Amino acid sequence: MSGEEFVPLSLTPMLIGVFAAIACALPGNFLLLRRQALIGDAISHVVLPGIVVAFLLTGAIAAWPMMLGAAGAAIVAVVLIEAIRRLGRIEPGAAMGVVFTTMFAGGVLLLEQTDTSTVHLDVEHALYGNLESLIWLDATGWSSLLYVQALMHLPVELPRIFLTLIGVSIFIGLFWRALKISTFDEGFARTQGIPVNALGMALVITAAIAAVAAFDAVGSIIVIAMFICPPAAARMMSNRLEGQVAWSVFFATLSAVLGYVLAGYGPLWLGAYDAVSAAGMIATVSGLILAVAAKFGPCRSRTGAPQAA
Amino acid sequence: MTLELATTAGRIAEPASHENSPLCVRGLTVTYGQKPAVFSVDMTIEPGKMTAVIGPNGAGKSTTLKAALGIIKPVSGQIQVFGKPIDEQRGRIAYVPQRASVDWDFPTRVIDVVMMGLYRELGLLGRLRNRHKARALDCLSRVGMRDFADRQIGQLSGGQQQRVFLARALAQDADLYLLDEPFAGVDAATEKAIISVLKALREAGKTVVVVHHDLATVTEYFDNVFLINTRKVAEGPVETAFTADTLQAAYGGRLATAQVEQLSRAVG
Repeated sequence: MSGEEFVPLSLTPMLIGVFAAIACALPGNFLLLRRQALIGDAISHVVLPGIVVAFLLTGAIAAWPMMLGAAGAAIVAVVLIEAIRRLGRIEPGAAMGVVFTTMFAGGVLLLEQTDTSTVHLDVEHALYGNLESLIWLDATGWSSLLYVQALMHLPVELPRIFLTLIGVSIFIGLFWRALKISTFDEGFARTQGIPVNALGMALVITAAIAAVAAFDAVGSIIVIAMFICPPAAARMMSNRLEGQVAWSVFFATLSAVLGYVLAGYGPLWLGAYDAVSAAGMIATVSGLILAVAAKFGPCRSRTGAPQAA
Repeated sequence: MTLELATTAGRIAEPASHENSPLCVRGLTVTYGQKPAVFSVDMTIEPGKMTAVIGPNGAGKSTTLKAALGIIKPVSGQIQVFGKPIDEQRGRIAYVPQRASVDWDFPTRVIDVVMMGLYRELGLLGRLRNRHKARALDCLSRVGMRDFADRQIGQLSGGQQQRVFLARALAQDADLYLLDEPFAGVDAATEKAIISVLKALREAGKTVVVVHHDLATVTEYFDNVFLINTRKVAEGPVETAFTADTLQAAYGGRLATAQVEQLSRAVG
């Protein structure tokens, strides 16, 4: 494929897919080890009331108010989940289940009871995203990457998800040691003066921000898949946290690129005419990678599972 | 009346005499839900000694330790570490949690766990240098685990995991060592290795506090005991505080008569 075709049509959606996948996979590593990986699922549900409220307040379907509404709802949800988990002394999965079903149901009621139901709040769009539509029409080829004029018209999702990825990376890099210790051994972390609760909250808020930014660009299916599949597959490739995180970045990238290409060209290769959803294919590829890693990865055994005491 | 005043004055003056206690707890109460797990407990750990914290299951042994360390929030109580609030003394305390409290599937190697003990020294972003690694390896040698430095922690036996936790505490280079059930479910070789390391710490002037389960080894291993059953039952040197009476008081009917008789013989 030539640059004239690839750069405007495929480069930006592919990059957005890769950045979104990595931004979710990075915090996903820690969430997975903390048994909180379902938070991606939870966030993708709780943003609904946030979006509806944002619409009710502004009366317009615009990107920023909706994102702020979604982010607000996500943060309310993670704070609630943490609070219920700690006050109720229950496992994180149960706390998430309670919060996200309630908030999602609340969102549905809000949607129904207000006149928003006549407005086109596209649920399908939110679910699958519309990666293929994030094209860069001003580009004419690789050389466009050097023209400021053309770069100004990049799809707005690209810089947004890129900045989110930078923010997520900085958070993980800065607090790496503290995150590692408090994820492995919370009690010990407290004796070291690590603010375990605040750090745990910062981690889920970071994850929520990554989820909302990715959600806006690529839909919730990728978000849910990327929080879990690349980190889970990576865990079976390495017995070190550093290795796991590196592998998860690789798997996230591989899923995004391979999934995008397969969605666009796979059906053609098979003799069909239409392309399939890139978001769906990316999530599927990540799941297949996990399946392969689970079968053939070198670090699969669970010898260290805590004994029943 | 005068006598009573004198006693009160004496009691008020008492905390001052414990200023140098490595760990001094006053009026500690911790509840889980409505039920008190630890009720109004005073504890004064003697410096340079090995103290066993003893009591039946659910008596609040671990809870006392965790609350003293600030891991769980007490309802009330004052805690002083070497005469100061614990937040100013974190660098002087090493803590070994119960082995079952962590997930040993965590993707990390033995040496990485030991180097977690250097967190206070390294901070968030301090660079890990060769001398840090050398120190961690030395700590592993002291518990006989040097050959396992590069193993994933899940591949170790229970006893080996316990020794790795002890090595991490050694890496902290503390003055006060608090261990929660370090002998639970470990093999005899590990128990020996751990006790010799703890005794070496005592020889070096460090203070060691151990939540302990095995009543039969108390007199052999420890200088002092702290008996608890939600409330403090007894505290002091093994000879005076670890007696048939105090055991009966701490364990009540939970200790079979035969066990009590056996222990009475053991403690003389």
